[in-house]
Amino acid sequence: MNAPQRLFAFPGGLRLPEHKDAATRAPSRACPLPPRLVLPLSQHAGQAARPEVAPGERVVRGQRIARAEGLGAHLHAPAAGVVVAIEDHPVPHASGLPAPCIVIDVDPAAGEAALLPALPDWPAIEPAALRARIEDAGIVGLGGAAFPTAGKLGRPIDLLVLNGAECEPWIACDEMLLRERAPAVRDGGRILARIVGASRIVLAIEDRMHGALAAAREALAGADDIAVVAVPTIYPEGGERQLIRVLTGAEVPSGGLPADLGVLCHNVGTAAAVADAVLRGLPLVERYVSVTGAGVADPVTLRAAIGTPIEWLVAQAGGYRADAERLVMGGPMMGRALPTDAVPLVKAANCVLVLTAAELRDDAPELPCIRCGECVRVCPARLLPQQLHWHLRAGDFDEVEAHALRDCIECGLCAHVCPSHIPLVEWYRWGKTELRVRAEDRRRSDLARERFEARKARLEREDAERAARLAARRASAPAATAGDADDPVAAALARAEAKKRGAATEDADGA
Amino acid sequence: MATAVWVLGLLGVALGALLGWVAVRFRRAGAPLADAIDKVLPQTQCGQCGFPGCRPYAEAIARGDADINQCPPGGEAGIRALAELLGREPKPLSADHGVEKPKVLAVIDEAECIGCTKCIQACPVDAIVGAPKRMHTVLDAECTGCELCIAPCPVDCITMVPARAGLAGWRPSRPLPRLTALVDAARLP
Repeated sequence: MNAPQRLFAFPGGLRLPEHKDAATRAPSRACPLPPRLVLPLSQHAGQAARPEVAPGERVVRGQRIARAEGLGAHLHAPAAGVVVAIEDHPVPHASGLPAPCIVIDVDPAAGEAALLPALPDWPAIEPAALRARIEDAGIVGLGGAAFPTAGKLGRPIDLLVLNGAECEPWIACDEMLLRERAPAVRDGGRILARIVGASRIVLAIEDRMHGALAAAREALAGADDIAVVAVPTIYPEGGERQLIRVLTGAEVPSGGLPADLGVLCHNVGTAAAVADAVLRGLPLVERYVSVTGAGVADPVTLRAAIGTPIEWLVAQAGGYRADAERLVMGGPMMGRALPTDAVPLVKAANCVLVLTAAELRDDAPELPCIRCGECVRVCPARLLPQQLHWHLRAGDFDEVEAHALRDCIECGLCAHVCPSHIPLVEWYRWGKTELRVRAEDRRRSDLARERFEARKARLEREDAERAARLAARRASAPAATAGDADDPVAAALARAEAKKRGAATEDADGA
Repeated sequence: MATAVWVLGLLGVALGALLGWVAVRFRRAGAPLADAIDKVLPQTQCGQCGFPGCRPYAEAIARGDADINQCPPGGEAGIRALAELLGREPKPLSADHGVEKPKVLAVIDEAECIGCTKCIQACPVDAIVGAPKRMHTVLDAECTGCELCIAPCPVDCITMVPARAGLAGWRPSRPLPRLTALVDAARLP
């Protein structure tokens, strides 16, 4: 474990200007609670949670207010207060459509926090119980995908990767978390490793995150169970598949999961949240978030309650500058533009980025593709972005599928380097949705065909049975009358027998 | 000259006989063309094409008894797929058979339902559950949105709702090309 880790290169990638200083100049600040918290019921991959509180009810910090349905995560109140409504509210989603949210009026005097019991003796606790705790705490992947964490802990794992390679420009929440809470990341990593039975743990941090590296090494001084590895700073190194490639040299198969290689990857923020849930009994109710960009007066990294309005966060960072032009949730490469700042902070939001007009190039005219191949050179998933673009334009989805659009991680590099300013990622996002809808339609139509055939077969069978019954009745009637002349007793017996048989088949029909 | 005619003529007859024998010897069971057409059809089983289900319509197209533009649920995309499969020119959807609409699902107002089972008998894919004088309900995952249950309902308690509504059903739109006068717009798709 003490031998230096051998590193590999992943295909494509690019060095981008980092802009990380803005949000790392000062230590992180605790964001004051806003007067009102808005908690979307769907902040994770999977189904929306089901509310467990009613308007008018008092809640306290840490109380569960919505429970997971199917694949999903519980939701907890980040602060004491009163539920004022469960209603549709704008959420940070590309559609701009509102979604159901629990709205809480914050009142710190409403009651003491109700945390889960702390489990300081976790090394003696069954992995299943620790996994249940992670589920109870409503923890989701904090790196951006918001996949319910407990759902990733079901398969045996050899290598656990703690992902601190925060490669996207501007975002600095993981860096600040590592600088300030490296021991929590360490403990969370050990707990996760115990749950999945991982024999090796690697904490990967980009080599330019000096403060984070120093803090991590200090927290792990003398320990040999977690290897701190400085990985080269190349975007998108923090992508799960790219990082696994760098650390192991192995490639996650197309359509497969890292678990197929015996590898599990968790964001360092997720690990810290796991440590909080187990060691302090604290559900996931707050997170580190960078409020940064050239469009805010005083960029800062905050520890903010989930559900805090974005406008409140921006106000904590000194508010907008006059030349602020666009609000983005996430980073400049993979983030999504927000139409309004009246949306809440969600579990998956690592950064609130305010860009100025000078940094945008969306309005540059789109020119035809000149087949320069730059996009192919930078693509970290080894796709052919230009071919995908052509086939999407032509609506040829069979070709799009053959070119493995599903493997696109939407890192944005192809569009970034495109000299013709083609919004390639927009095409891929559209194409992925269309592929999903097509697959769903195909599945439904296959099901309908099967059910239609089954119904036809059933109707034919019922007709045949009815005809057979009728024929049997007709056949038995003359036999009874014919026997009448010879032997009246036998004839009466036959009649009774026929009647009984008829009643029995009718009963069977009725049942 | 005469030899050439004889040779080519005999060759033609021999090869023709061979082809005829192959056609009989290696005939495939079933109706592969109808199967291929059935695969393209949306399986709504609505009967708007004039045939009692998608399979009968596919067989009619294969026989040449029906045109390819009689399926409103399949819409323009469905007609294009059929045209490509059959090597024909696409044509607009026949107005006699209906208009293309967004996908819908049937929903029974369970408070109004009297339990007459008429809709259960009408459903072509058995997507309605219920029993006589008991409330009926539609299985969302199985409903094809054919609307065949609407007419038989004596209390009009069945409505059609959009199948992909709200945030879960939202889809990003196709990107619009941002063009300027620099570019010859007519030459771009």
